[in-house]
Amino acid sequence: MGSLGLILARVLQAVPTLFGIVVVTFLLTRALPGDPAAYFAGAAATPESIAEIRAQLGTDQPLPLQFVRYLKDLGSGNLGQSVSTGQPVASELLRRLPASLELTLTALLISVSVAIPLGVLAAVRQDTWIDQLCRFVVTAGVSLPTFFTGLLLVYVFYFLLGWAPAPLGRLDMLHITPPPVTGFLVIDSLIAREWSTAWSALKQLLLPSITLALFTLAPIARMTRASMLQALASEYLRTARAAGLSSSRVLMVYAFRNALLPVVTTLGMVFSFTLGANVLVEKVFAWPGIGSFAIEALVVSDYAAVQGFVLSMAVLFVLLNLVIDTLYTLIDPRVRIDG
Amino acid sequence: MSAPLHNPPLLAVRDLCVEFATRKGPVTAVRAVNLQVAKGETLGIVGESGSGKSVTSYAVMRILDRAGRIVSGGIEFGGMQLHSADEAMMSDLRGREISMIFQNPRAALNPIRQVGKQIEDVLIRHAQATHDQAKQKAIEALEKVRIRDAAKRYHAYPFELSGGMCQRVVIAIALACRPQLLIADEPTTGLDVTTQKAVMELVRELTRSEGMSTLLITHDLGLAGEYCDRIVVMEKGEVIEQQDTAGLFTAPAHPYTRRLIRSTPHSAATVRDLLPEDLRTPDLRTPLPPAAAVSAEPLLEVRDLVKVFESPPSLIQRLRGKSDAGYRAVDGISFSIARGESVGLVGESGCGKSTTSAMVMRLLDATSGSIRFKGQELTAVSAAAFASTPQRRELQMVFQDPHESLNPRATAAQSIADPLRRLEGMTDGAAIRNRVEELATQVGLPPDLLDRLPHQLSGGQKARVGIARAISTRPELLILDEPTAALDVSVQAVVLNLLADLKAAFGMSYLFVSHDLEVVRLLCDRVIVMRAGSIVEAGPTAQVLSNPQAEYTRELLSAIPRPAHLPGHAGRQAPAVIAGAA
Repeated sequence: MGSLGLILARVLQAVPTLFGIVVVTFLLTRALPGDPAAYFAGAAATPESIAEIRAQLGTDQPLPLQFVRYLKDLGSGNLGQSVSTGQPVASELLRRLPASLELTLTALLISVSVAIPLGVLAAVRQDTWIDQLCRFVVTAGVSLPTFFTGLLLVYVFYFLLGWAPAPLGRLDMLHITPPPVTGFLVIDSLIAREWSTAWSALKQLLLPSITLALFTLAPIARMTRASMLQALASEYLRTARAAGLSSSRVLMVYAFRNALLPVVTTLGMVFSFTLGANVLVEKVFAWPGIGSFAIEALVVSDYAAVQGFVLSMAVLFVLLNLVIDTLYTLIDPRVRIDG
Repeated sequence: MSAPLHNPPLLAVRDLCVEFATRKGPVTAVRAVNLQVAKGETLGIVGESGSGKSVTSYAVMRILDRAGRIVSGGIEFGGMQLHSADEAMMSDLRGREISMIFQNPRAALNPIRQVGKQIEDVLIRHAQATHDQAKQKAIEALEKVRIRDAAKRYHAYPFELSGGMCQRVVIAIALACRPQLLIADEPTTGLDVTTQKAVMELVRELTRSEGMSTLLITHDLGLAGEYCDRIVVMEKGEVIEQQDTAGLFTAPAHPYTRRLIRSTPHSAATVRDLLPEDLRTPDLRTPLPPAAAVSAEPLLEVRDLVKVFESPPSLIQRLRGKSDAGYRAVDGISFSIARGESVGLVGESGCGKSTTSAMVMRLLDATSGSIRFKGQELTAVSAAAFASTPQRRELQMVFQDPHESLNPRATAAQSIADPLRRLEGMTDGAAIRNRVEELATQVGLPPDLLDRLPHQLSGGQKARVGIARAISTRPELLILDEPTAALDVSVQAVVLNLLADLKAAFGMSYLFVSHDLEVVRLLCDRVIVMRAGSIVEAGPTAQVLSNPQAEYTRELLSAIPRPAHLPGHAGRQAPAVIAGAA
C-alpha cells in the first residue's frame, strides 16, 4: 500500500469516529440541565410562550426525530442556528475559528522554537546550568495557570511598560480588517500590503500567544529532553561515534531525528488540548475565538452552537492526526510497512 | 608471535585503569591492564560478564560513557598517545584508523537511516569520498562484505535486513576507510552459528587481505581459540593471563583460565566435566546417577503439529475477501518423548523450535495436529483455558532469560510460591514457606536469598529461582527454553549439572530447546534438528552428532567454532570426536 492509500485508509477510519462524536454530542447536549426554551423566553414568560419557543426550536419533538433532523441538516452542511447570537452556527464558527487557530499556531510556533532547542541542549549538556534552566522553565510552565501568566504579562508589558497594546481583541480600532484570505489577520494584511495593520495585528497577537506558549512549552521541552537522552544512550549513537562522525552530525542526524518521533506525538497532543483549552487566554485578552464562543453557548444550552463546536473540533483533530501520521511516515520508515 | 622489540606494536595499553562514577562512589572497572596488538595480529580478549573486556576496548576508542573515566595508564596507538588525545583528534582517528563493530548489530545501526547513507556518512567524514562518488563507494563497500544486490540494499533500512546482514553493514561501516585496527566487541553474540561462522570468516578474510590488526572481544573461548593468534584472559577488571592460543589451551597457567576452558562444553565428556573440582558442591561431587530407565511408554506424543501465523488482512484484502496464506512457523512435525527421557530440540532462529515448545506447553494454540500427554489430547482445551486443567501442573517451563521471566516486584520466595498457591491450592503460609525452602535447597539456592528481589540476585541465582518455580508442582515434563543462553559459561556449567541432577532425582522428562548443539550433547538422550518449521533429522544424540545424515545438521556442526587446541579434540574432524566423547 502506498503512502496515498495509507492516508486514504486513515480518512476512512475517521468516519465511524466522527459519527460517534455526532451521536454523543447530540445526546450530551440534550442531557444538559436547563431548558433553552425557558431561558430564551425570559423571566416573565408564560407556559404558552415557552411552548411556542420550544416548537420553534424543535425540542418538543421526540429525541430520535430531533436526531434525524439534525443529521439531515448536517448532510446539507447546515449546522443550525445559534439561538444566543441569532447567526448561523457555521458562519459563526468560520469567523471565530481562524482567530483561535492563529493564536494557537503562533503560540505553538513560539513554544516549539524555544522548547526543542532547550530540550536538546538540556540533554546534551546534562546536569549543567542549561539543564537546570530547562527544569525550571518546565516546572514554571506547568505550574503557572494561563490566566495568571496572561494577567501578569498584561500588567507588566501594557500597564507598567506600555510596550504592548491594550488586550482588546485581534486588532485595535484604528485599523480596518483586511479582506479575508486565510482568516489569519497578520497574513491577510501582509497579502493586502497593509503593513501597519499587519504590525498592529502582530502586536495584539504577541502577548496572548506568549501566554499560551509558556504553558505548552513544558511538555514539549520535557519530552524532547527525555527522548534525546534516550537517543544519546542508544547503541547506534555509539556506532556513529565509533565511526568518528562529527559531533554535529551525530547529534542532528543520528540522535535528533530519532528523538523527534515522541516529540511529534507530544506536539499533536499539545496542539489538540490547547485548541480547546485556550478559553482562559481568550477571555483575558478579549480574543474573539472559538473557545469563548463554546463556553457562552454551553452556559445557555445553545444546542446547535455546542454541537457545531464539538463537531468542528472533532474534524480538526482528525485532520491533525492525519498530519501527525504523515509526519511519522516521513520520519520513520518502519511505519510505512504496516501502517 | 610476540612482536620483536625493534618493531613497535600497533596498539599498546599500559597499566590502564578505568573508573565509573556511581551513586555509591567510584567503581574500578579495569585495573592495571597491559596488552599489545602487533601489526596484522588478531588478539582475543576473553572473559565473563563484568570482566572489563568491553570497557577496555571503549577506553581505547575513548568512547566510554559519561560516568567512565581513564584514571591512569597509557594507550599508545601508532605512536600517538590516545589516553591524552583531544576529542578532535580522536574523532579523526575513529572510523579511519581504529574502527569498531558491536554486539546486537540491528541496534547498532541507525533505525531510520538507509544503510547506504550510514556508510556514506563515514566515507565523507574521513574524506574517503566526495559527495558525488559517495554512493558508488558505499555500494562497493556493501559488495565487499558480500551483500548481494548491493545497489538495491543501499536503500534498505536496518529493520528490513536479517541480523547477519546488519552485522555485515556494521562491518562495511567499520572497514569503509581501511583502518589499521578493528575492534570487534562480541560481534556474533545473538547470531546463529552458521551466521556467526560466515561473519567471522568475512572479518578474518577482510582484515587479513588489508593487513589489519584485530582485537576480538568475546565470552566464547571457542570462538577466540579458532580466530585469534593470541588470547588475553580477563577477570574482574584484570588481565590474569595472556598467551598465544596454542599455549593457552595446552598449558593454561592461571586457575581461572583452566576453569574457563573446563566450563566450555566443547571438551567435556559429561556435564560433570564442566565443573572445576573446587567448585563442586558436596552433592555435585558424586558422579551422575545412572539415567533412569527410559520406559517405552511415551509421555508426550506430538503428531502432525502445524502452526500458521496469519498477518491480519489489510483493508484492501478485507474488501476483496482474500487473505494471505500465512506463515507456516511449524509445518507438520511429529515426535515423542518417553518417560524419563530428555530430548533436545535444536535449530537456528526462526526454525520453529520456540513455537513448538510454546504449543506443547499450551501457551499457543496449534493450527492443526495433536499433542497427547499421558494418552490425553491436550489440543482439545484452548491455550487460554489450559491453566485451569489438571495437566497444567504436570507440564512446566523454564524460560530463556532468567531475569525477564521473573516478576521484578516479587521476591524469590513469592515467585516460587506462585504455582504452589495457584496450581497446588496451598493456602497455609507456613506450609508454603517450608515447601519453598525445600525447593530452594533442591536447586542449590541459599534460603537466606529467598527474600531478595530479582535485581538483587545474580544471573545464576535467578536461573535457580526459575527452575525452582518450574519444579514446584513436580511436573512430569519440563520444557527448557534455552535456559542457559543468557548465562556465563561457568554459571551455565553449574546450571546444567543442576538440571541433570534434578532429572535423575525426580524422574522428569525434558524437552530441551537450544541452539547450542554442544549443550544438547551433554544433556540429551535424543536430539531433533529443525529447520524452517520441519524436522530435518532426529535420533539418539551420539548418533546424530557423530554421524549426521542431513546436510543441514552437518552444516550446523561444522559451524561451531572449534579451536584446534582444545584438549581432547583434533580440530576440524569434530563429529568423529564427539562420537568419542559422547
